[in-house]
Amino acid sequence: MIKITGLKKSYGDLEVLKGIDYNVKEKEVICVIGASGSGKSTFLRCINLLEEITDGSIYIDGVKVNDPQTNINKLRTNVGMVFQQFNLFPHMTVLQNITIAPRQIKKTAEKEAERLAFELLEKVGLSDKAHNYPEQLSGGQMQRVAIARALAMKPKIMLFDEPTSALDPEMVKEVLDVMRELAEEGMTMIVVTHEMGFAREVADRVLFIDGGYLAEEGTPEEIFQAPKNERTKAFLGKVL
Amino acid sequence: MEFLDNIRLDVIWNYRELFIRGVGVTIALTVIGYTIGIILGLIFGIGKMSKRKIFYYPSKLYIDFFRGTPLLVQILLIHLAVIPTIFGKSLGFFVSGILALSLNCGAYTAEIIRAGIQSLDKGQMEAARSLGMPHGMAMKHIILPQALRRMVPPLGNELIALLKDSSLVTVIAANDILFAAKVVQGATFRPWEPYIFAAILYLCLTWVVTKIVAYVEKRYSTSYVPKKKRKLSHR
Repeated sequence: MIKITGLKKSYGDLEVLKGIDYNVKEKEVICVIGASGSGKSTFLRCINLLEEITDGSIYIDGVKVNDPQTNINKLRTNVGMVFQQFNLFPHMTVLQNITIAPRQIKKTAEKEAERLAFELLEKVGLSDKAHNYPEQLSGGQMQRVAIARALAMKPKIMLFDEPTSALDPEMVKEVLDVMRELAEEGMTMIVVTHEMGFAREVADRVLFIDGGYLAEEGTPEEIFQAPKNERTKAFLGKVL
Repeated sequence: MEFLDNIRLDVIWNYRELFIRGVGVTIALTVIGYTIGIILGLIFGIGKMSKRKIFYYPSKLYIDFFRGTPLLVQILLIHLAVIPTIFGKSLGFFVSGILALSLNCGAYTAEIIRAGIQSLDKGQMEAARSLGMPHGMAMKHIILPQALRRMVPPLGNELIALLKDSSLVTVIAANDILFAAKVVQGATFRPWEPYIFAAILYLCLTWVVTKIVAYVEKRYSTSYVPKKKRKLSHR
């Protein structure tokens, strides 16, 4: 479903990604782990071209992402993204946050867009917050709204960029629960995370990125119980 | 207080029509100059944020010139050099005045608009783009509505500054408030009454503008939650 070949990304002289190859299959849940500054967020942001790709290629469903001919806006409607800082639109209610993209991009009728929005709010457990503004919500609630907002475009793939890193500890679970449910429904997901428990439990494959390289990849059992790479061992020794 | 006893209000009264017309001209110069200035500011402010050189460099040149040179010089340059060269004759103080004030105001407004947009967290644009919105759509629905609120206070300051700066058009014999005061002083040889009265008129106008700006600022306060909803269900 996602085919990544020789992915490189540099900021000026600083090479952040030094050649990553990986294929993601449909319905797979991939957790990307690694130290801060290892390039894992950059890796994720290259997939929907929030970062320009320096070299290599990414294909999603056979469409080359980094091809000037590709309609990137159309492609992005199939790839939802959830950010560490939520990035909800503060001037809109929860309902408007969720309906703005379907209404403006897909020209969905207001009634239909709102029906879908309430369905998604139900799913993330926030039906009663539809008419609140983001500043009236807690961090965990905001992140769940952000997930609903991304799902409103009915994406085939969801990207999560450290979705729980900006949350107070007591709010992490409510967000992870929503993500777990999404995974069980068969959504293709790539999750950059520091939540090793979540990775171990939910992921189909775990990717360990180190120094811009894909240092090791495997099932959660392989990575967490029997890591082969010395760097993986050192990293897991620190975080577990 | 011998000085106060010597004040002659009839000096003002006798020339009241001059002052009334002056107020009208000052308001007209300010309002028209500001309106055109905002349009210019939008165009060049967005131009200066462009990655394309053919938009960026002309915008930068325009903004740097009009912010970096005195308005008085700009007024004289436009009235005595630019317009006579293009049209072969003067088009009157009003056209020159409006042109100079709006070009000057536009340069400052451009920077206000650019700063307002760039002060937003870049995550807002990224979130909008990640949903599949094209750049223009994201600007219209996500970035500008938020940025406009941040622009209200500096745009209000700019309006007050422009109102006062409009007095500089007196040098090209525009019959604004200050020009009226000059004429009266010349005719009566009394400096105090006309200039104090001009100052009072400017003060009244800026006071009105300040009140309007304060009202608009209050309406677009920092919270996005409408007032009546603020008390409901917090967290």
